[in-house]
Amino acid sequence: MKLAPQGSARGGVKPLAPFSGRVSKIALRLVALAILDAFALMFLTRLWADEVWFLAVSVSVITLGLNVFFLSDRFYPFRWFSPGLALIILMVAYPIVYTLYISFTNYRDGNLLRQNQAIAQIENRQYLPSDAPLYGWTAFGTEDGHYALWLVADDGSMVFAPEDDAARVVTADDPQIAELDEDNIPERFGDYERLSVFTVPSGFETRTFGKPPETIKIETQYKAGQYRQQYVYDAAQEAMIDQATGVVYTAKRGTFTAPDGSTLSPGYYVPIGLDNFKRLVTSDAIRGPFLRVFMWTFAHAILTVLITFLFGLGLALVLNDPIVPARRVLRSMLLIPYAIPGFISVLVWRGLLRPEFGVVNRMLEDVFGWAPSWFADPVWAKLGILLVQLWLGFPYMMLICMGALQTIPPELHEAAKVDGANTWQRFRNITLPLLLVTVGPLLIAAFAYNFNNFTVIRLYNQGGPPIPGTTTPAGHTDILLTYTYRLAFAGQRGADYSFATAITLVIFVLVAAITLFNFRFTGGWEEVSESV
Amino acid sequence: MSSVHVSTTSSPDVEASRKYTAARKRRHALDLTLRLIVIGIAMIFALFPVIWIASASVNPNNSLVGQRLVPEHASLANYNELLHSDVHPFLRWMWNSFKLASISSVLSVLVSALSAYAFSRFRFRGRRSMLLTVFLVQIFPNSLSMVATFLLIQQIGEYIPSLGLNSHGGLILVYLGGAMGINTWLMKGYFDSIPRELDESAMIDGASHWYTFWRIIMPLVRPVLAVVGVLSFVGTYGDYLFALLLVKDKDLYTLAVGMSIFIGDQFSQKWGVFAAGALLGAIPIVIIYLLLQDFIVSGLTQGAVKG
Repeated sequence: MKLAPQGSARGGVKPLAPFSGRVSKIALRLVALAILDAFALMFLTRLWADEVWFLAVSVSVITLGLNVFFLSDRFYPFRWFSPGLALIILMVAYPIVYTLYISFTNYRDGNLLRQNQAIAQIENRQYLPSDAPLYGWTAFGTEDGHYALWLVADDGSMVFAPEDDAARVVTADDPQIAELDEDNIPERFGDYERLSVFTVPSGFETRTFGKPPETIKIETQYKAGQYRQQYVYDAAQEAMIDQATGVVYTAKRGTFTAPDGSTLSPGYYVPIGLDNFKRLVTSDAIRGPFLRVFMWTFAHAILTVLITFLFGLGLALVLNDPIVPARRVLRSMLLIPYAIPGFISVLVWRGLLRPEFGVVNRMLEDVFGWAPSWFADPVWAKLGILLVQLWLGFPYMMLICMGALQTIPPELHEAAKVDGANTWQRFRNITLPLLLVTVGPLLIAAFAYNFNNFTVIRLYNQGGPPIPGTTTPAGHTDILLTYTYRLAFAGQRGADYSFATAITLVIFVLVAAITLFNFRFTGGWEEVSESV
Repeated sequence: MSSVHVSTTSSPDVEASRKYTAARKRRHALDLTLRLIVIGIAMIFALFPVIWIASASVNPNNSLVGQRLVPEHASLANYNELLHSDVHPFLRWMWNSFKLASISSVLSVLVSALSAYAFSRFRFRGRRSMLLTVFLVQIFPNSLSMVATFLLIQQIGEYIPSLGLNSHGGLILVYLGGAMGINTWLMKGYFDSIPRELDESAMIDGASHWYTFWRIIMPLVRPVLAVVGVLSFVGTYGDYLFALLLVKDKDLYTLAVGMSIFIGDQFSQKWGVFAAGALLGAIPIVIIYLLLQDFIVSGLTQGAVKG
């Protein structure tokens, strides 16, 4: 924990790395820390101001930790962890906690903003009161494309309203005014020049001038009106008040709602308790497809592991005998499907299995006069995925089985031979049990991996063909993870982050259960405890 | 005399053993034939798609329709089109994939090595619980929290665009975070196998921890650094989910996203060009894996399943 005693040249041993200039090292550390803190503080003030609480807390924790670790020698070991720890807090812990939070909110289309964002957007809306002052207007513009209105009221008073700044009253003796005509309209005002019919840009009449709360919009060819802020937020009763009608829109589950049921959009996300989970259990239209996806997730992972393992094990047994020539070369060639990046393999198979032109179906047509539709038919789509998975996965199983077979002592086989065991008996009672001890944990890891194999499922057919008659988008080959993806990012009915994260939590629990089972099964927990 | 005696008495034995060897030879031959048949079938299954793709890539006919195994007028026209397409900037995508994978794996190896060294060499309060946390973290793939990760990157991007949505910075951040647990865990085990006496003697000679780490330990753990680095390179190169989720600009696509969109656009018309791209995109990784196969067998990469 402590730095090694410096310059310990005792006993005539020459120091390897003498601590020259220790003070300057500390100074450097402090300067680096100060710069880092400055950036963090800048970031944090903006996060707090915008009420981005989760991120603000995470960044605060990281910054605080860094300071403690680098200022106190007591925490010396933690300096080594700081980059890794920061990454784990921000990119692992934060997303998990945030997932949990979102699953208890209504974070979905219509409620995608934070409360302060929604309020700001609604408060930005303007309306034209019935008693609003009307002005005669003239268009002004600068050379670099800023525009403004020159307004003259009925009593002759003048107002200058640029596009991105507050409108202000102007008196005739203003030094910026040049060549004021009899209608109280100048030729120039500061950098702004009066525009003619020909120099007014198209769409000029749709622009907004001035700055909230009071803005100016062109109403007719001659008249412009002064708009006012329509909604004002009242924090005490958590409601929006319509300035035109006096209607009070109270906040209900993240949406400002009037007594007659009309609402203001956009809404914002708020905690809504267990509703997302309730939907999962109670709604038939959701539970039906969810259960199907759930079953297929398991079936897909189990079958994938099973067929790849059986095929891989068979090949390993076949290849394992020294009488086979050129084993290393053969092994390398059989490894190729595993070595190709998964996304490329799946895309290639998609081409091979194409209904009309794909080579597989053309060959099947030639031989049997019939070929399955690998993408449109639910059953064949599933079989197609298993076919691709078999191709992708058997070399890995072959490799690990070959490795494991080598660890089985040959004496066991010889002893069994002497005792008169035949080949099958020897395989069944010696090879397989010993093999499973080594390979078993890897099989479970492969199961857990394929449980969440987004790449294969999504690229094969995007989870399709679709299950008809469902209220959430789901396909026959969707697994939980691709279903989550659809809900959050690819549904036709918009994003539903909260429901997606609720399903994610289900996956978390399942993965945890699989892992726990793995450790029970293999006693791996003791191994972990030891190496910890 | 004695020799005659031996020969006469053993003559039936010799006969039997000759028969036995002949039978064994026949069995051997049968055994070998069966094995070779199985291997042959597996070989056809394993290599057929690869050969078919290779053939399509040099077939200027360029469509799925009527492709033959041996193309009639083989040419590199597809490769030419692939490398010069403005609509589908394949080279750019491949470069993006290589860039992201290299940066992520190098940074990930460095950061994990720092943590692994500390776990292996320091004894301090909270070490055990931190190690357990690292272990637990690597159980859950970061794809599970994709929604939250997406929203996080979106939020960061509102303040720091170069780490936000539609940036490679944000993607690297995600890859680094996702690999921390498993990489630290793998490395820590290897660091533990380096005898402590080595660095202790260096410390007695006055070396700092940093010096010991950088000059003494790091050269000794090179094998694990290489394996972890290569594995995270391959993993990042093959990622589809986060690249799809976080990047929207065609010029920022990785190979995985680019190619999936490419064939979504025009599968049957551009089959040859796609095949050329698939081959070019796969070759570097295939070479890496073939060089790495012994590591996979030795179990150093436990749990490094790939699909």
